[in-house]
Amino acid sequence: MNLYAIKAIYLFELARTWRTLLQSIATPVISTSLYFVVFGSAIGSSMTQVQGVSYGAFIIPGLIMLALLTESISNASFGIYMPKYSGSIYELLSAPVSYLEILIGYVGAAATKSVILGIIILLTARLFVDFEIQHPLWMAAFLVLTALTFSLFGFIIGVWADGWEKLQIVPALIVTPLTFLGGAFYSISMLPPVWQTVTLFNPVVYLISAFRWSFYGVSDVNVGLSLAMILGFLLLCILAVGWIFKSGYRLKS
Amino acid sequence: MQPVISITQLNKTYASGHPALQNIDLEIHQGEIFALLGPNGAGKTTLISIICGIVNPGSGRVLVGGKDIIKDYRAARAQIGLVPQELVSDVFETVWATVKFSRGLFGKKPDAAYLEQLLKDLSLWDKRDAKIFELSGGMKRRVMIAKALSHEPQILFLDEPTAGVDVELRRDMWNMVRRLRERGVTIILTTHYIEEAEEMADRIGVISKGRIILVEDKQVLMHKLGKKQLTLQLQQPLSCVPAELARYPLELTDEGHALVFTFDTQSEHTGIAELLKDLAQHGIDFKDLQSSQSSLEEIFVSLVKESRA
Repeated sequence: MNLYAIKAIYLFELARTWRTLLQSIATPVISTSLYFVVFGSAIGSSMTQVQGVSYGAFIIPGLIMLALLTESISNASFGIYMPKYSGSIYELLSAPVSYLEILIGYVGAAATKSVILGIIILLTARLFVDFEIQHPLWMAAFLVLTALTFSLFGFIIGVWADGWEKLQIVPALIVTPLTFLGGAFYSISMLPPVWQTVTLFNPVVYLISAFRWSFYGVSDVNVGLSLAMILGFLLLCILAVGWIFKSGYRLKS
Repeated sequence: MQPVISITQLNKTYASGHPALQNIDLEIHQGEIFALLGPNGAGKTTLISIICGIVNPGSGRVLVGGKDIIKDYRAARAQIGLVPQELVSDVFETVWATVKFSRGLFGKKPDAAYLEQLLKDLSLWDKRDAKIFELSGGMKRRVMIAKALSHEPQILFLDEPTAGVDVELRRDMWNMVRRLRERGVTIILTTHYIEEAEEMADRIGVISKGRIILVEDKQVLMHKLGKKQLTLQLQQPLSCVPAELARYPLELTDEGHALVFTFDTQSEHTGIAELLKDLAQHGIDFKDLQSSQSSLEEIFVSLVKESRA
């Protein structure tokens, strides 16, 4: 293992966060706070409880997931797309590093950032609403697992993208709608029966449901199934990354 | 002596079907400065990119310091520093951060003293906290060199290092190359400035259309292919080469004021002595004479022309 290389990539990527502190931490925190103000305090106060939880508290896990998914993808995709775009990828390819080490460096840094962000949002939420965490260890596990999976997904998007537009397209057109429709703001049992079935094809439903369970002990779908789905998606991403590295897809000619 | 880089039957065809390299066999010796010359699109950068791991080889085998670049890529790549043709790096980073990153990436433990000296040698120390986009083109080029040298490589590739570089930087760069060579670093460079290859290189390889058409010690090459010319400035202009001198390869230039005699430096018998005697016999006086040897550029142009024909 070239540990110095992993460390170099990891720290280099994290340094970018500090350099762009406003963009990478402040922006998602502010936008999530706005959700809490609007949906939690303003609208939530006149809404009934959902699954025995106040509405303001109910939306917290979903909002954290929303930020986690978006930021994991954007951090990781940007991290690997940037050297591709600038041409400095030559250095990465010519260095005595394995693909696994490159992956650990980039995905590790992106996931670290997302987890930190998730925790900051969690703490911010505390300022607006009261909530409890029934299964803190599971909460942490889901947080890390999701950050890791979607950082990996972001890495794949970053390798695939050959323009800035493509870099934005997946988060904007797929991830955000799926998160909004994935039960961030409602329990899927509130939907008409047909849509309850349709919504089960949305992978984000499982993430949010499991995450919410770790908070309040209630879930839309079975937690075990959720965990299996998350791990399945992680495996899918690992296989895709494996293929990318094996074939040199869009990295090496 | 074991070659530091050994390339056997290397081929590369890009997905577009363009055969970039064909049957390349090449050995680079330890500690030499090797200049790879070739017209644009000849395959110079592809060759370097394969050795450094940026482009996948098609078929063939490349050993760096005896290590296979595929099977033993870590050991092979750790020895190499590459200064690419383009000025590419993370422009928002500082000089210091980017050089430190490069060292780490190549698996070397941090050594602030070494990096400090390196940046000083490259006149970058004052700019260490500057972001790369704030630097001039020449300074960016120095950063690229610093990155390549950050991990103390034993082999340095310079791909068109002096393209678009000012005189001062070019001089600094060649001084640095000489210093590195004194330390035993092997240097492989591609260049369009043939006079530089002529001045700097120990050996020269010429590549054209993806094939190595010649590899030769520079002196031997100049000697072997270099034609010498003897130019005689005449007292009286001639209208044509006299028939008595027809057996010599002579040419009249400068409107009949100069007579040019071309001879082969290789042959023991250059024919100069006879020519001069004959000239005296036929009453052709000259006021001055000079001999010149063809430059590497002329040799190069004629070689590439030949291979294209």
